[in-house]
Amino acid sequence: MAEPSPAPTRSNEPASTKATYFWGNRTKSCLCLILLFAVLLGFYSNVFSLIPRRQTEKSQSSPEAHHVQGQRESLTLSEGDGHLDSCRIPEVPRLLYPKAQLLKPSRVDVLVMTPWFAPVVWEGTFDSALLDVQFRNTTIGLTVFAIKKYVVFLRLFLETAEKYFMVGHKVIYYVFTDRPADVPQIALQDGRQVVVLHVGNYRRWQDISMHRMEMISNFSRQRFLREVDYLVCLYVDMKFSDHVGVEILAPLFGTLHPGFYAADRQSFTYERRPLSRAYIPRDEGDFYYAGGFFGGSVPEVYRLTTACHQAMTADQAQGIEAVWHDESHLNRYLLSHKPSKVLSPEYLWDEQMLQRPPLLRKLRYVAVPMNHTEIRSR
Amino acid sequence: MHCLRLALGLGFCLLLGITLCSLWMYVENWLLVSYIPYYLPCPEIFNMKLQYEEEPSQPVAQSQYPQPKLLEQKPTELLTLTPWLAPIVSEGTFNAELLHHIYQPLNLTIGLTAFAVGNRYTRFVQHFLESAERFFMQGYRVHYYIFTHDPQAIPQVPLGPGRRLSVIPVPGPSQWEEASMRRMEAISVHIAKRAHREVDYLFCLDVDMAFRNPWGPETLGDLVAAIHPDYFTVPRHQFPYERRPVSTAFVADGEGDFYYGRAVFGGRVARVYEFTRGCHMGILADKANGIMAACQEESHLNRRFLSHKPSKVLSPEYLWDDRKPQPPSLKLIRFSTLNKDTARLRS
Repeated sequence: MAEPSPAPTRSNEPASTKATYFWGNRTKSCLCLILLFAVLLGFYSNVFSLIPRRQTEKSQSSPEAHHVQGQRESLTLSEGDGHLDSCRIPEVPRLLYPKAQLLKPSRVDVLVMTPWFAPVVWEGTFDSALLDVQFRNTTIGLTVFAIKKYVVFLRLFLETAEKYFMVGHKVIYYVFTDRPADVPQIALQDGRQVVVLHVGNYRRWQDISMHRMEMISNFSRQRFLREVDYLVCLYVDMKFSDHVGVEILAPLFGTLHPGFYAADRQSFTYERRPLSRAYIPRDEGDFYYAGGFFGGSVPEVYRLTTACHQAMTADQAQGIEAVWHDESHLNRYLLSHKPSKVLSPEYLWDEQMLQRPPLLRKLRYVAVPMNHTEIRSR
Repeated sequence: MHCLRLALGLGFCLLLGITLCSLWMYVENWLLVSYIPYYLPCPEIFNMKLQYEEEPSQPVAQSQYPQPKLLEQKPTELLTLTPWLAPIVSEGTFNAELLHHIYQPLNLTIGLTAFAVGNRYTRFVQHFLESAERFFMQGYRVHYYIFTHDPQAIPQVPLGPGRRLSVIPVPGPSQWEEASMRRMEAISVHIAKRAHREVDYLFCLDVDMAFRNPWGPETLGDLVAAIHPDYFTVPRHQFPYERRPVSTAFVADGEGDFYYGRAVFGGRVARVYEFTRGCHMGILADKANGIMAACQEESHLNRRFLSHKPSKVLSPEYLWDDRKPQPPSLKLIRFSTLNKDTARLRS
């Protein structure tokens, strides 16, 4: 009876080892297959993502990531109300401010909107806090010409600009001068810088004034387009006396000349000789815009200054010079290319020459008293 | 030997995989399947250079018009500028001829969407289109998009030159609220698929209304909203905003400019796309939380217009309710509700 007993064990042993061997083998195969599957999955998923697709871009990132790109490079840029990225109106975060009343106009004593829907910017028509938020990522360039003796105005100009001009935004002052050494060192706030551009001078002050257009046009293409969103072109013999902020920014804006805001179009000092490119007939004209405060988005200012410069060159070839030089040509341009905002005389005033009327609640940018003949003769 | 077999197996699988992969790529390219993902990022097309600006730099042909009077004490009863310097359009604030001179040379095409989903609404299409043919953007190219569940019910209305109509089929609604909530989605998908190629500006109007007086290029703008006729005299805390903080359309008590109506909005096609997409996202988020805003889509529209302020606002002349008596401050009603009783009689 002992004999059969070992036999089953003997036969069991190979069976069990065969079983263990068999299971071990199968498990190993399964494991290998799983490993293989994992490797292949990893391989192919990477291959699929690396192979360029037919569509130009399959965005993996979230939809929101696309939106905050400024499209500065293109000259034919769309410009709505200050938003350079062509797809999105900037979001205004929650702000508390008084509600506008539809049946209560903000100003009843003055026109606040032109017939082509350009706002006329007066105190009381706008909310600075709201606009600051809408324009929060905007860089503003300010061009000012300080040729020959006009450099003496720079100190007061820049100091008051630091106090009142676009406070809280990024600003680049472009100072065009023939005397770079005479440009004063001014303490600047964060995000603001002075760029001195060395240019030649002209003998006559009229020529200096007219060549402003040419220089702004050249530098717009070379430089301003890449560096700033908006350009504001100002006279240097002035100073800031109150807030001048982003409410002025628009694709193209002009300022009402303080001497003519109440005048009829017949008495505007447009160029009245048909030979000149700046000619405007007596029955035409919206406003008389001042040459000392205009601006807009860089592409629009480029177009304006180029057109004015070309018109002035054509006039020169004809041997004619417009009665108010670059200001006449500016008015001609703004008649056919209507500005998208018009600044009230608050934005350009001369206290010495004019009585301040009650409709001007603030004086923001005023002439500095000086002796013109003395300055211009040097 | 077992290893060898394994290696062979591995090699074979790899080869098979590569073959399938390349075959798939070929087939995919060949099939030209265009898949628009649900959460559509702003397509590349909207980053392209736009060929014109809203304030055109093209010279305006000289036209005779009176000089704007800066100091005229006009009895303008309506506010004409919002605090963020957007114009409020009403009769007397603009010179139609001058605007025509500015916009006509631009060769614009203006789109108009209207939703006639549900048998109650298809009846209004005829009168809507007839009045649009008479008053909407005369002298411009117009493309009507009528969204409906029943294309057969859309009547053949004779259209003037340069004006076209397209019927866009959409699924029928189960309830009215459901239909109005899907409008934003339908518009944004439609823009992405088609409208961005066909029109420059797009207006989204309610179909159960009619044009009464000229609606012209004074309404064109980047992003345009219209003030709701029932709430323009009412203080902001009485606006029917969504007041539950849990909703994405929530507006707190001290906030609000105007209460805008859902029956009229529009603007540049890129901006309208962005706007409707944003509203739709908000609606979806609310749906996920099981909440429906107080005035459905209008609450979301108002929420969006609060944070993305319109660049132009239309006075209630452009969105009026005929049941209300016309106040003296509104000189010319241009677009108003169709008296539903007369509509029933007409049909």
